[in-house]
Amino acid sequence: MAESFLYFTELLNLPVYDLKHRRIGRLRDAALVPLVHQSRVDRFLVGAGSIWFSVRYDQISLIGLAGIQLSDEKLFPYHSDEYMLRMGRDLLDQQIIDVNGRKVVRVNDVTLDIERASGFDQLYVKEVDIGLRSIVRRLLQGAVPRKLIRTLQQPIAPNSIPWDFCNIVEADPQRRLRLNISHDKLELMHPADLADIVEELGPAEREAIFETIDSEVAAEALSEMDSKTQASILESLEPDVAADIVEEMAPDEAADALGELEEETSQEILEEMEQEDKTEVTELLEFEEDTAGGMMNTEYASLPDTATVTDAMAMLRANEDLLENLNLVLLVDAEGRLTGAVHLARLFLAAGETPLKSLAQDPLIWAPVDMTQDRVTELFDKYNLFTLPVVDKQHVLSGVITADDIISVLRQK
Amino acid sequence: MAHLLKRFRYHIAVFFAVVGPGFITAVVDNDSGGIVTYSQAGARWGYLPLWTLLPITVVLIITQEMCSRMGAVTEKGLSDLIREEYGLRVTFVMMTLLVLANLTNIMAEFAGIASSLELFHISRYASVPISAFAVWFLAVKGNYRNVEKIFLFACVVYVTYVISGFLVKPDWKEAAIYTVKPVLMLDASYINMLIGMVGTTIAPWMQFYLQAAVVEKGVTAKEYAESRIEVIVGCLMTSVIAFFIIVACAGAIWSVHPRDINDGKEAALGLKPFGEYAVLLFAAGLFNASIFAASILPLSTAYSVCEGMGFESGVNRTFKEAPVFYWLYTLLIAIGAGVILLPNFPLFKMILWSQVLNGVLLPFVLIFMILLINNKRLMNEWTNSRPVNAVAWFTVVVMIGLTLALVGTSIKGMG
Repeated sequence: MAESFLYFTELLNLPVYDLKHRRIGRLRDAALVPLVHQSRVDRFLVGAGSIWFSVRYDQISLIGLAGIQLSDEKLFPYHSDEYMLRMGRDLLDQQIIDVNGRKVVRVNDVTLDIERASGFDQLYVKEVDIGLRSIVRRLLQGAVPRKLIRTLQQPIAPNSIPWDFCNIVEADPQRRLRLNISHDKLELMHPADLADIVEELGPAEREAIFETIDSEVAAEALSEMDSKTQASILESLEPDVAADIVEEMAPDEAADALGELEEETSQEILEEMEQEDKTEVTELLEFEEDTAGGMMNTEYASLPDTATVTDAMAMLRANEDLLENLNLVLLVDAEGRLTGAVHLARLFLAAGETPLKSLAQDPLIWAPVDMTQDRVTELFDKYNLFTLPVVDKQHVLSGVITADDIISVLRQK
Repeated sequence: MAHLLKRFRYHIAVFFAVVGPGFITAVVDNDSGGIVTYSQAGARWGYLPLWTLLPITVVLIITQEMCSRMGAVTEKGLSDLIREEYGLRVTFVMMTLLVLANLTNIMAEFAGIASSLELFHISRYASVPISAFAVWFLAVKGNYRNVEKIFLFACVVYVTYVISGFLVKPDWKEAAIYTVKPVLMLDASYINMLIGMVGTTIAPWMQFYLQAAVVEKGVTAKEYAESRIEVIVGCLMTSVIAFFIIVACAGAIWSVHPRDINDGKEAALGLKPFGEYAVLLFAAGLFNASIFAASILPLSTAYSVCEGMGFESGVNRTFKEAPVFYWLYTLLIAIGAGVILLPNFPLFKMILWSQVLNGVLLPFVLIFMILLINNKRLMNEWTNSRPVNAVAWFTVVVMIGLTLALVGTSIKGMG
């Protein structure tokens, strides 16, 4: 009876037979060539004495638990494997990212599908095995006959990740290119999940991911991490890559992250940033971290205090990127001094020509840039705020603190 | 000048950011088993064994430094690295041995809790279950940063040994002489004592715990210089505390009448002629050491095993997400504490077994450590220098010799 699948650990050490059915050696490893095909096992490395041969997938006629039967006699010695993803060496026991389950897992074994054609069997990687069942299988392999292991493992529930959801992390950029490994799949994850995953990886893998994924996704993921991890990641990246990511972050978070770095490194990154973002971040860097100035960000919606509801609606339409966390429209006078704040919801209930000033909340609550973090937190608690405007010594609006900043502060305590 | 001051301040700040792993590991090292061994050495041999502390400190620093360096550079635990480089089967065998060795260590810790609190007239049927529950609860429901603070505070409690050392008014001159004067004797029980001292000071679990703690703390290669200082200071503290325990027992017990003692309680009671305080301080130190180690060992074991075998781990996961981790952790505490309450449980034999298992495991752990730390692909420019490698390999050879001898005598002791 022919099997319809093989585990990689079963495949290992299977005897290999030539055309005359003589045993020429044992299978030592099997490799994908991802540039050619993402899941087909392309090369079989056969050890015969001290030499290893590299056998191509189309030189094989039969694969099964009984052994591997070759269909060709022209074998080449195995030498370079730059384009190969060797399962035994590069996959087994290593960590990969389960994109669907959103976690880092360690590979215990690989399940391979056998596709049979007459005299032409091929193997395709189906899934990566984790969990107890594959551990038992691997521990027994070699000590107990393969068929018996299959029976013994039956009672244990399988735990596998489909190959499509596996993301291999390769730290070496050249190898990444040769092996056609991309981190596109990671970009589909929620940034918070990506952040958790990245924190579990070593520094080299971390750097590799941040260098290759879209800088917007990288920025969002980075924003979810604590400032120490942020700093160590930014430090490991080339200044221009780091700058691209920092530009995409909210200015207050960017400033916090850069504030954790040594001055030299943060200067290098700032140099690479675009002028507008750079000025915003540099201004924020001036403030002490645990004051209102250090907590605030400069992404807010403000209008002259002579504006009407219609003006406000037009401004919001023009600045859609602000909408996500917005709940106050701030009013300033001709000198930029804060004069009022209007709740977003009020705009919907008022007629178009209503002056915004008449909708402003009373009393207006604000904080000076040098107010301490503790006082700011108290204000949020006392007045149940979502957004708090921050003003400088001349009462000019400098930024806003939002409730999510406060939650981060409280969680760090 | 201002620049220099700024740099200095930066380094001080980094130092305090990395403090924790090294101190905690080094001090937990003087756990209940260690205290009994040191007390025994002092009570039986007086000041003679003090010289061993210098070489022990050197070896301790070398092994601990390698672990923390690996943790900082690779940001991976020791069991992770062993798994990635040497495969599942090797990891499985190591983890099985580690679980067994640590389980017996945990039993010894709960035995220490029971006997120290009995000196305060608290029954073990109350103290052991309450401590076991507290330990379990602390890690599962506590927040790691707070837990670490409690642990760091517990490090301070070890001062009690220094005070008891002074209270018994030992012969300081003799202590000073024997600290630097090696005495070798071909006496079986003297050699046993020496082996025991080395064995309790350098245990396999420490290497796993320290490296994991460095990773957990988020120490990076850049902050490593500060982390190294912390590790070295921690190792020195271990030896200073060991010194005072030996001196206290030498001054109180050996100088009156040299004899063998069997547990920490007996050592504490030996200090009775020097006042109730000396006894209570010694007992308080023993309790602190035991509960401290009992909090760390089960957690550290569960982490190492789950990481090496690829199970979900971490106290920030739920029971459902990381079942193996929680079951292992809970069982280690339940069994470790439970057996202490069994009447007629052969605890002494168990502790001998734990020494054998530790002894079997340690050479492998050390060899893997040296191989891993010299792996350029993992460590880049942070591999061992030639002199460090020479000392490290020498240490391994000596440790293998000593542990083989220890295993031999322990097995004989069991027969």
